[in-house]
Amino acid sequence: MAAIVKRQPTDLAKQIFEYAPAPESIDHVKIEPRYGLFIGGKMVAAHSKKRFPTINPATEQKLSEVVEADEVDVDRAVKAADKAFESWSAMAPSRRARYIFRISRILQERARELAVVETMDGGKPIKESRDVDIPLAAAHFFYYAGWADKLEWAFPNRKPRPLGVAGQVIPWNFPLLMLAWKIAPALAAGNTVVLKPAETTPLSALLFADICMQAELPPGVVNIVTGGGKTGSVVVTHPGVKKVAFTGSTEVGKLIQRSLAGTGKRLTLELGGKAANIVFDDAPLDAAVEGIVNGIYFNQGHVCCAGSRLLVQESIAEPLLEKLKLRLGTLRLGDPLDKNTDIGAINSKAQLEKIEELVESGVEEGAEIFQPECKLPERGYWFPPTLFTNVSQSYRIAREEIFGPVLSVLTFRTPAEAVEKANNTPYGLSAGVWTDKGSRILWMAERMRAGVVWANTFNRFDPTSPFGGYKESGFGREGGRHGLLPYLELV
Amino acid sequence: MAPAKSGANGRVEVRKTYKLFIGGEFVRSESGRAYRFDGNVNVPRGSRKDLRDAVRGARGAAAGWAARTAMNRGQILYRAAEMLDGRRAQFIELLGSGRGAHKEVDDAVEAFVWYAGWTDKLAQVIGGTNPVAGPYFNFTIPEPTGVVGVVAPEEPALVGLVRRVAPALCGGNALVVLAPEVNPLPALTLAEVLATSDLPAGVVNVISGFRKELLPWLASHMDVNAIDVAGCTADEVTEIEKAAADNVKRVVKHAPGEMSPYLITAFMEMKTVWHPVGV
Repeated sequence: MAAIVKRQPTDLAKQIFEYAPAPESIDHVKIEPRYGLFIGGKMVAAHSKKRFPTINPATEQKLSEVVEADEVDVDRAVKAADKAFESWSAMAPSRRARYIFRISRILQERARELAVVETMDGGKPIKESRDVDIPLAAAHFFYYAGWADKLEWAFPNRKPRPLGVAGQVIPWNFPLLMLAWKIAPALAAGNTVVLKPAETTPLSALLFADICMQAELPPGVVNIVTGGGKTGSVVVTHPGVKKVAFTGSTEVGKLIQRSLAGTGKRLTLELGGKAANIVFDDAPLDAAVEGIVNGIYFNQGHVCCAGSRLLVQESIAEPLLEKLKLRLGTLRLGDPLDKNTDIGAINSKAQLEKIEELVESGVEEGAEIFQPECKLPERGYWFPPTLFTNVSQSYRIAREEIFGPVLSVLTFRTPAEAVEKANNTPYGLSAGVWTDKGSRILWMAERMRAGVVWANTFNRFDPTSPFGGYKESGFGREGGRHGLLPYLELV
Repeated sequence: MAPAKSGANGRVEVRKTYKLFIGGEFVRSESGRAYRFDGNVNVPRGSRKDLRDAVRGARGAAAGWAARTAMNRGQILYRAAEMLDGRRAQFIELLGSGRGAHKEVDDAVEAFVWYAGWTDKLAQVIGGTNPVAGPYFNFTIPEPTGVVGVVAPEEPALVGLVRRVAPALCGGNALVVLAPEVNPLPALTLAEVLATSDLPAGVVNVISGFRKELLPWLASHMDVNAIDVAGCTADEVTEIEKAAADNVKRVVKHAPGEMSPYLITAFMEMKTVWHPVGV
């Protein structure tokens, strides 16, 4: 034991945690060289002649080519959805439920295939897509399937009615899961959808198109158009779209909110965050360290509700940071398909550049940077787990959403100061509190201006649990009974 | 319909100076301006600065009001009903003394009473525990959105406003009310009711003046979290919705005259709290 103690943290990590490569096989996955669009129940050739590659961010290799859908394509999709709305909304709700249950089951049956594609297209570790993204997506469909024929019980004294065609635009951090969050409640409520997956992660949505066909979902109920920001803008502003749901950056969310002014379209936004993860001196430190790591390094920090600001009580800052740095040294960064990988690839070159730029600003503004010794693969986009101390609230790394594996550490002395600092942000998506004292948990939970508060845990998600933001993190909830409301008119 | 005319018996009435209600105080516009909307009555022509002061007053009062117990908020809303009922004669006169005026005051009193009863029932109807698939206790509760702007409708001037103000207060928000440019007296007089209802200073602020001088600043103010557009034209709503995007403001549109708990939650956020279960 004594010999080990003398070693540097990272050496210790290597000695204890040397693992042989354990890559997930990809031979059961078939990715087409080119994809069309999913409109009216089948894959169709696009009107747009523009195509763009989707690449594996861990290898920079092209996986496939997808369409940059144009106005004509989006119009076709909306028309197909509008046509399908008539029969889908009039269908006996219990029949509607059956289709959604089917989708959930097929997601479970094809879980491995979906997990591998998700990891190849987005760069996230296979253990996350396998254990989090895909099971939660399936659970989400299962949950909302059950609501389809119970809507009359959901909102007292009101008759719920579907809205029509929902235009949905989702991000690249949890592609299939965000698709599920959008499509499942929309379908259960009797709407039809046109969904645009993120530019860098279209593949799981295109696989989902295949699943819709396998489930024999009536044509046009789900339509999927690929493309970038321009396509997204065409989807949300199309006059046939009655309801818009967007998950992504606050910047784009504001653009969408502005562009829908005066249209009467219903809108829900799930935008950015800069969550405080607050650790009190009586918190179980080892559990808190795991929570901090899960809070900011989960999915390479590409999480809107990531605990990107660690607020630690001054009296335990030193021992906590020591443990945290030690733990960072044990995180395994590398091949996302390896089952032992903790930190995968950064989703895109553009995102990597954004992270690098913000990290540079942190150093320039005077924060102290810590990165464990970490060998980055030669190809692909990578960023080591990073931690900043000596951070002032005014620094960009304490104010702006980095959306990468970068933690800013601030300290506080009293609970009131923790509340003040935690709420000192235009965002309000999530917050974390670590303490052994029950009354303090509830006191803190009351005061956090955030839609989700994790106490002695972090980054937990469940289809029954409403999720969404305060302030500039957006409005509307996804998940639970509350997640139905954005897709219904209450008469 | 202007009140405070000289009586036939030669009594010279003591007229009321109508004022803005900001941070719990009745004040003239900092701009020193007034406008006459109906013959002889001077109404303060509030400025952009008055509006900002009102928002600051509301923000200062918001946390304290939100922290009151649901029961206490209910008691205070009920007190507002009592105070309004005590001034029936005054409001009936303000509203033109017809049969419609009597009913309107009755309906406004009823709105305060009805929402007073919702404060401590809403969380049970709207919130709840969520049976997540794991060893966690998980619950969702409604919380106030924060500072809410209310554009009061011109007609019905009293009950139209009370039916916007009461649900927003019920949910624990602090308000900045824009009185209608035409017929602002019921809104300004309602401030006197609220000022004597044990409502903490700043929880409701009332500004009168020209719509075009005030509305754009309310809509784009970065410290206003939501705005009720009950009193707006369609064109105004469009402009508000554009400006609201600056800070992702919630724009609340509900049918005028509606009374429902869904109007309370329109000014609320759902908070979900997780905690592990274990020994």
